[in-house]
Amino acid sequence: MTDMQDDAPKSPGSGPSRRDFLRTAGLAAGGAVVGAGANAASPDPLITEVQPYASFLGEGVDATPYGMPIHYEDHVVRRNVEWLTADPISSINFTPIHALDGTITPQGCAFERHHSGAIEMSKDEYRLMITGLVERPLVFTFGDLLRLPRVTRVHFCECAANSGMEWGGAQLNGAQFTHGMIHNMEYTGVTLRTLLNEAGVKPEGSWIYVEGHDASSNGRSIPMEKALDDCMIAFNANGEALRMEHGYPVRLVVPGWEGNLWVKWLRRIGVHDGPMESREETSKYTDLMPDGRARKWTWAMHAKSVVTSPSPQMPIGHGPGPMVITGLAWSGLGKIARVDVSLDGGVNWQTARLGTEPGDKAVTRFYLDHEWDGQPMYVQSRAIDETGYVQPTKEQLRAIRGLNSIYHNNGIQTWYVNENGEAENVEVS
Amino acid sequence: MSKCRKLITTTALITVFGAVPALADTLGIGRLALPEEIAAWDVAVMPDGRGLPEGRGNVLDGEDYWIEQCAVCHGDFAEGAGAWPPIVGGRGSLTDERPLKTIESYWPYLSTVWDYINRSMPFGAAQTLETDEVYAITAYILYSAGLVDDDFELSHENFTEIRLPNEGGFYLDDRAEVEFPEFAQEPCMSDCRDPVEISARATDIDVTPEFPVIRFTYSDGSAPASAAEVVEEAEEASAQPDAAPEEEAVQLAALDPELVAAGEAAWRQCRTCHQLGDGARNSTGPALNGIVGREAAHSDGFRYSPAFTDAAESGLVWTEETLDAFLENPAGLIPRNRMSFRGVRSEDERAALIAYMMSHSN
Repeated sequence: MTDMQDDAPKSPGSGPSRRDFLRTAGLAAGGAVVGAGANAASPDPLITEVQPYASFLGEGVDATPYGMPIHYEDHVVRRNVEWLTADPISSINFTPIHALDGTITPQGCAFERHHSGAIEMSKDEYRLMITGLVERPLVFTFGDLLRLPRVTRVHFCECAANSGMEWGGAQLNGAQFTHGMIHNMEYTGVTLRTLLNEAGVKPEGSWIYVEGHDASSNGRSIPMEKALDDCMIAFNANGEALRMEHGYPVRLVVPGWEGNLWVKWLRRIGVHDGPMESREETSKYTDLMPDGRARKWTWAMHAKSVVTSPSPQMPIGHGPGPMVITGLAWSGLGKIARVDVSLDGGVNWQTARLGTEPGDKAVTRFYLDHEWDGQPMYVQSRAIDETGYVQPTKEQLRAIRGLNSIYHNNGIQTWYVNENGEAENVEVS
Repeated sequence: MSKCRKLITTTALITVFGAVPALADTLGIGRLALPEEIAAWDVAVMPDGRGLPEGRGNVLDGEDYWIEQCAVCHGDFAEGAGAWPPIVGGRGSLTDERPLKTIESYWPYLSTVWDYINRSMPFGAAQTLETDEVYAITAYILYSAGLVDDDFELSHENFTEIRLPNEGGFYLDDRAEVEFPEFAQEPCMSDCRDPVEISARATDIDVTPEFPVIRFTYSDGSAPASAAEVVEEAEEASAQPDAAPEEEAVQLAALDPELVAAGEAAWRQCRTCHQLGDGARNSTGPALNGIVGREAAHSDGFRYSPAFTDAAESGLVWTEETLDAFLENPAGLIPRNRMSFRGVRSEDERAALIAYMMSHSN
């Protein structure tokens, strides 16, 4: 990692740049902890001197018809761990959860998982077919879908392999890398119940098989009960059209269940009397257990949470005193009921404040307003959902599942925060 | 839209387009799928063989297809190559510290193998295999896994007689029974365990990519204002491409920019395996910077097939002409080479691709 320490303070000259001001302001008190209400050693030039942006003119409207984040936020991006996969075309990257707050993940930095690359397909080219055990096999254009009753819902999408690199012990140093295979968006689209009703499911149709337009097709089988319960196809996320990497123009949303089921560029919904046992639901996304057998159809993502700040990429930069500990919690079984935070590695716990009203199978933000004494901390969080399920420790999971099940690691994460406020991924015993 | 509306009001055309009858409980949106359309897309195969098309292929033909289409990533004997997955082996390894999960050791159903090859392989050229080729490649995998003899032929008729070794190795998700009772307990809030010690640290393993640490300016003066440095680094990084060498600019000027742009668009069919441009490295195929004008099989560090090294020894040099011939029919110019690619039919597209490669001369 690159720690951003200044080598030496610089004094403001006759025409200092903005950057010099920022450096100087940060070092104005010479590193001494002065605390709230203390006097600064000298007046802050950012206040006493007229800044360029307070005198000259800024950009006019339309300078950027579709805006990107200001360049100061250039470091808030998806990141890839190259050694994880053979090729970036069939690979995954990670949401910068350490740098976000609130609950909605912007599409542009929401993690990507492709099996044969993100494809480019227009709304005019788009077709969706419903086949199999139905009264009327149907073809829909994108325009057709817009004529069907519409819903808007917020859900998280978590890759089953999120935290999968941590089974053998602490491995990746950053919340983005340990927990960043998740995003949480507001989806707009049509329920599968509405679509399947148009086609008329025959009584023996007990499963659907969903597949994409891309070369991998990423086909998955879903029981009809789930399909009719809360699944939907989405064409918008966070108010705008899906981004290409999230399945433009249409993806499947399978609330609370592993991200691999959320087929992008959805091409076909087949209605069948059994599961297809596709590549993605046999050779992958099955959980190898210590006896050499494997669990299959482990669809639901169980309650999980992580502290996003402080964390390795987001250390405590200030001295002792008030600070905000915050993170994310979610459950594929329903709503988050409570989140507890421990600062001593699980010896003592306190209940955090939920920053948002918990949604069904959606991410909840939690905050702990804390008075830091400047001593090292072992920061953990523990999610409890409305079913009473309590997020387990990694040791509890390993005792049952061993080290080779890859998927569904929802164990409690520990960040060790030292007296300088620097955080690292550790395991404790 | 007005065109569509006219069609819908014309009774004769309603039948042609299969407009959905307006049933009481539906909205009548969409149209009936035609049999040809269903046949084109509904190609899924179930474990009991339903969905398999008629066809057949034997182990020996499968070996030929394998060498041409599959071996570059999965090895001559399906043992895997580089970071790409092994297809066979690993039987009995599922309880090992490092299990090897392959078709032979892990996959439960042969239908999955057939279906996946048929839809998605070869990587970068999906849906180009003929039905009989899929049967033959599947037969070769079964042979490589030691499940059939070398005179075996797989067909839709004997397909379901073949069972994979690990068919019985899976059971339904039992987390609700096995894990919930243990986890769903009223959680302890104080003095829950002994004080902790660090037992493992990610920094000891040191496999995390470089990342910037985010810091802010505080009035207590305790931290550097290094958020500015994060920005500074990003600005420096984005400034680098401006310093393009003059020589390259001259080379680019000689090429038709429209042709290069068309070549860049066509390049998507190549980029699965080949890298081109700044920082291009060998991957599945060799890096292709400076390919035009170079002797064949001369990308540093790339393991070429014998067919390719033989061609190079015979003096093959990549000119616009030889590249055009190779791109048109890779197996025609260099028989038994391992580039899993059937060629580019369009002469214009080949010219565009070559121009695009020429635009990356070093």
